[in-house]
Amino acid sequence: MATENIIWLLPLPPLLAFVLIILFTNKNNKLSHIVGVSAAGLSWLGAMIVFFRSLGVEHFGEHPFVSSIKWLPLGDEWLEIGVRIDPLSSAVLFFVGITIFMIFLYSVGYHNFGQPEGDHDKKGLPPHGATVEEHGHKHVVPSIEPMYARFFAFIGLFATGMYTLVISDNLLTLFVGWEIMGLCSYLLIGFWFAKESARNAGIKAFMTTRIGDVFMLLGLAYLYTATGSLQYEVIFSEEVLHRLASAPSFWGLSAAGAIGLLLFIGAVGKSAQWPLHVWLPDAMEGPTPVSAMIHAATMVSAGVYMVIRIFPLFSAGWDGHSSLTPTMSIIAFIGAFTALFAATIAVAQNDVKGVLAYSTISQLGYMMAAIGIGAYVAAAFHLVTHAFFKALLFLGSGSVIHGMEHGVLHTGDHSVDPQDMRNMGGLYKKMPVTFWTFLIGGFALSGFPLVTAGFWSKDEIFADAFAHGHTTVFIVLALAAFLTAFYTMRQITMTFLGEARTPEAEHASENKWTMTAPLVVLSVFALGYGWVGIPEEFPVLGGLLPNWFHDFVGHTLANPLPAPEFSWVPLLTSLTVALGGLAVGYLTYRNFKSADALDPMRKLLGPVYHFIENKYYFDQAYDYLFVKPAYWISSVFTEKMDKGVIDGILHGFGKVAYFIGFNVRDKFDTPVINRFIGDGSAEVVQKFGQWVRKAQTGRIQQYMVSALGVLFLIFIALYYLVLA
Amino acid sequence: MIPISWYLILAAALFSIGLFGVLARKNAVAILLGVELMLNAVNINLVTFWRYNAPETVTGQVFAIIVFAVAAAEVAVGLALIISIYRNRNTIVADDLDMMKW
Repeated sequence: MATENIIWLLPLPPLLAFVLIILFTNKNNKLSHIVGVSAAGLSWLGAMIVFFRSLGVEHFGEHPFVSSIKWLPLGDEWLEIGVRIDPLSSAVLFFVGITIFMIFLYSVGYHNFGQPEGDHDKKGLPPHGATVEEHGHKHVVPSIEPMYARFFAFIGLFATGMYTLVISDNLLTLFVGWEIMGLCSYLLIGFWFAKESARNAGIKAFMTTRIGDVFMLLGLAYLYTATGSLQYEVIFSEEVLHRLASAPSFWGLSAAGAIGLLLFIGAVGKSAQWPLHVWLPDAMEGPTPVSAMIHAATMVSAGVYMVIRIFPLFSAGWDGHSSLTPTMSIIAFIGAFTALFAATIAVAQNDVKGVLAYSTISQLGYMMAAIGIGAYVAAAFHLVTHAFFKALLFLGSGSVIHGMEHGVLHTGDHSVDPQDMRNMGGLYKKMPVTFWTFLIGGFALSGFPLVTAGFWSKDEIFADAFAHGHTTVFIVLALAAFLTAFYTMRQITMTFLGEARTPEAEHASENKWTMTAPLVVLSVFALGYGWVGIPEEFPVLGGLLPNWFHDFVGHTLANPLPAPEFSWVPLLTSLTVALGGLAVGYLTYRNFKSADALDPMRKLLGPVYHFIENKYYFDQAYDYLFVKPAYWISSVFTEKMDKGVIDGILHGFGKVAYFIGFNVRDKFDTPVINRFIGDGSAEVVQKFGQWVRKAQTGRIQQYMVSALGVLFLIFIALYYLVLA
Repeated sequence: MIPISWYLILAAALFSIGLFGVLARKNAVAILLGVELMLNAVNINLVTFWRYNAPETVTGQVFAIIVFAVAAAEVAVGLALIISIYRNRNTIVADDLDMMKW
């Protein structure tokens, strides 16, 4: 099949799976997951075919796979939509396909397929376990998710959105995919809708990302007005970029900068950057596969992908050496700030998924900062490696939670939170596969030197920041990297190392192959993917393998940016912060012995810790700044405006009409109409009828006599009137 | 030649007798007979006017023959109706046939 046709078909299997499951197979769990997983597998297969075919094309950057159709007539012109796989989207397609497939597979185990139905499970609540009798004694085992089929339908729709976004050749269908994912994110965060916290988290995520989406839509409208097209081919052409870069816009920005900024705000919402980061930690209310897929590997990456995609737009006028454009500076600032800011919060989280949520925000900040300083390839590289190791970490944490839930069911003490790291410890013995893969993921996140993918991608960002003299960004990112290594080691130490701190952790157990196999597959990529992007000038290792990633993805741009020159400073910094952070993290937390013990950092930081622990009070601040005023305005409008003024006017109209109606009835209708016209005319007609009906004798001869008489009269009349 | 008025008076008399029969007789058969008289009065008129005004054509005679044919058909239908009424109501007195009365 032609590659273009395969690309067109990529989003189709998950969409069909969604429709099939929703309409037909939803009663049958087994059929539903077969449909869902095989659809994801099919799309993955297609994505791999496209990826490997793209490797075989010479100068793929100049000759991408493109195909488009005329879609919507607009006056004399057509709005075209189509697909485009260039080096960037090809690289993204690679990790999207594989992570989505792995997560589908993992969900089968995570939602306890094959387990009995729960004793008192309800739709909209996580499964509580089922009692089974075996060899004469009862024990509690995990029970299957009550809405098992629905889950696969939703993530199927989600996969459709992600594939649509990646294969799009224009920002409009990208936005369509973007919004499909927004909807699925809402549905899946609120998957356990009977929990109030999950419900609120879903609404929060939807509303917060919506703020970004509105700006993005404005950006799209601006771009369409300015260029008359949303296709990458048109808007990223030299001539259009030149025109946009020289056209003035608001606040001293060029039109290109303004559009870039508006689109970037969309990505700020989607990729949970400060100040719209608040939704992502709450989104951890959803099932863990959802956290892994939507809130780590794919959807939040979509924001970064879009920013990388529009890089030519907001960097128009920047030649690679001169000072950054204003929009680039803003992006670099937001990214770097978010990277550090989220990393500090992650240090004080006790929820095993909470740490990862803030870590995701922080890592996305890295990518944003990288793209802001013009490190195009480094940002894309980190996007891909991060997707692998963060999906791995989330799935690993899900595996940990699942194992802990096993322990909770065993002891029957439901007051123990299976997500709280303080309740864990010593899990490396109980869950070896999860431990080793989590360790790989954690080290990749920390940037453990040489062997992990995270090291190479992070190192490239450092190198780029240093080589182009963005010292502030460099320092901030280095600090963030230190914190990243620190909290990652803290998490690993608290979760897996040492001794079990609760009986639940003692009875935790390793999960089935459907959950561990994806971990192993992803850990291979978390280690190996870095080797495709080793800089040429790297000591010893450089040049052994070609810097494939840079050559491949770099040529997405019409004028590829050169790789940053090698310098020991960023390399040493990278080594120091990664190893230092890991070491400090281990040393600080290895003595964390009991679940009630005070966090060592609390002693060290005092009141600052309290501040961090509460996430800098951003939720509360937003509550006071936006939510409460909104409620207040609503209530004022309800009470004063709606009930007072609007309802008053309406009631006034009602009363006047009522008054007129009564008067007309009493003064006019009853006396005049009814008595004279109504009853009167009826009486006259009746009387006349009674009088006239005497003539109706029924005797034909009498009728004929009267007819003759009338005829006679007519003749006489005619005679005198006409003839005379 | 006999003056035209004689014929016309004859026809008018015949017509009036027929009309009287129709209006005054109670027997339905007699009423039908009255109708036949009126039709024949018309025939006399038709033939008279043809003979005195346009003897070169045959239009008057043709009209008269058509009226005969119609009258014969009418009698056939009329008598059939009367027989039907008699069978149903056991009478042919016109005054008793007052079903059209309110």
